[in-house]
Amino acid sequence: MSADTARRVDVACTVNGTPQTLRVLPMARLLDVLREDLGLTGTKEGCGEGECGACSVLVDGELVNSCLVPVLQVEGASIKTIEGVAGEAELHAVQQAFIECGGAQCGICTPGMILAAMSLLEENAHPTDADIRHGLAGNLCRCTGYMKIFDAVVRACERAGVKA
Amino acid sequence: MRAYLPDYDLRAPKTLGDALDLLATDPGVWRAFAGGTDLMVLLEFGALRHRNFLSIRHLPELRGIEITPEHVTLGALTTYTEIQRDADVQREFPLLCAAARETGGIAIQNRGTLGGNVVNASPAADSPPALLVYDAELELVSASGARRIAYRDFHTGYKQMDMRADELLWRIRLPRTTGDLKTYYRKVGTRKAQAISKVCFAAGARLGGDGRIRDARIGLGSVAPTVMRCARTEDMLRDRTPDEATIKAARAMLAQEIAPIDDMRSTAEYRARVAANLLADFLSTLKTDGGASDIAKERV
Repeated sequence: MSADTARRVDVACTVNGTPQTLRVLPMARLLDVLREDLGLTGTKEGCGEGECGACSVLVDGELVNSCLVPVLQVEGASIKTIEGVAGEAELHAVQQAFIECGGAQCGICTPGMILAAMSLLEENAHPTDADIRHGLAGNLCRCTGYMKIFDAVVRACERAGVKA
Repeated sequence: MRAYLPDYDLRAPKTLGDALDLLATDPGVWRAFAGGTDLMVLLEFGALRHRNFLSIRHLPELRGIEITPEHVTLGALTTYTEIQRDADVQREFPLLCAAARETGGIAIQNRGTLGGNVVNASPAADSPPALLVYDAELELVSASGARRIAYRDFHTGYKQMDMRADELLWRIRLPRTTGDLKTYYRKVGTRKAQAISKVCFAAGARLGGDGRIRDARIGLGSVAPTVMRCARTEDMLRDRTPDEATIKAARAMLAQEIAPIDDMRSTAEYRARVAANLLADFLSTLKTDGGASDIAKERV
């Protein structure tokens, strides 16, 4: 048996509402398991060191950098990625607002940015500009200059029924 | 170069007792793994030399904030987010809240832990200067019992700690005697969010009725091989009024007390200048502030 096979363990968790049992190396990054084992490539890798927020997902409702989470630590957890954000028929209000406000350009930061915005609005339904800047400070964007992203968050909170 | 993952083991012992038994049976083989916000960065760079880790995140004994009449005690796994949300910590330990708010972004604050920040032992860590100002004590636990140590004696050299391989950091205890300190916190980094400090400064002071400084406490990060309390500068400030002459003398004393270096994030010269400027700014707030309430500085 190879070292790779010998070291693998079962990790049970829920991803976007679907129960999963993953046969994984315990120190594998959640980011890689989502992308490579589950094919959920909406979650992006930017820096790989927790600086850029491109790999942000929600674990039990909390925003995390999936590049910094070893998969063993999501045993029993409920994970939401960008693929689990939209409803059956319509986009989430935050996604819709990003489209309307031009909050997405190249798209690499967008999934993390949207999950960070959802997490912010879940905590604080009426954030000030300073709250929005603080809430998204862990997510880097190299295209938009941020203003259209902030506009999108404001628009999303103006809509009724925003809920992460 | 990225690490070869099958080389690494990560296990989640069911109980604290199981974790301590493993640490005691094979001393040095296992190391604690909490939120992962430091260790996973090393893993990605292929620089995580240790191979066997115990995930302790799920152990309830290491979580929670406990209040007694004399102390606020934070479990080692208390996250930066939990620190900021706790009303008692906000009221009595504003420096710690300011540090928690400026450590990483939200995603890091949700995952990173106070205990991890302490035992990672980086001289550039953001919460230790605040813990030093508050005279924090650490409670370490092992299979053979628990012991308590003053935090200011814990870091013995660069990345060196008074902690055995069979011990875990259990709790961080803060005496509830500092609610009346006038406080000042300032982290200087490349940008406001996410940055690792070039200089991190936390301070508190009490003034007597005569306007003289009775109790000055200065904690600094990124200016020496470990985070440090600046005892000589504090002694010099005692019983002096925070006027221009005092500020000048304090700057000179601080320059002798710290030992900053050039590295990838900054230079020794810049760090020394900024540390002295922050000290001067802190002392100026005492001069102009009269009896105003706590200040946790937060300026760009």
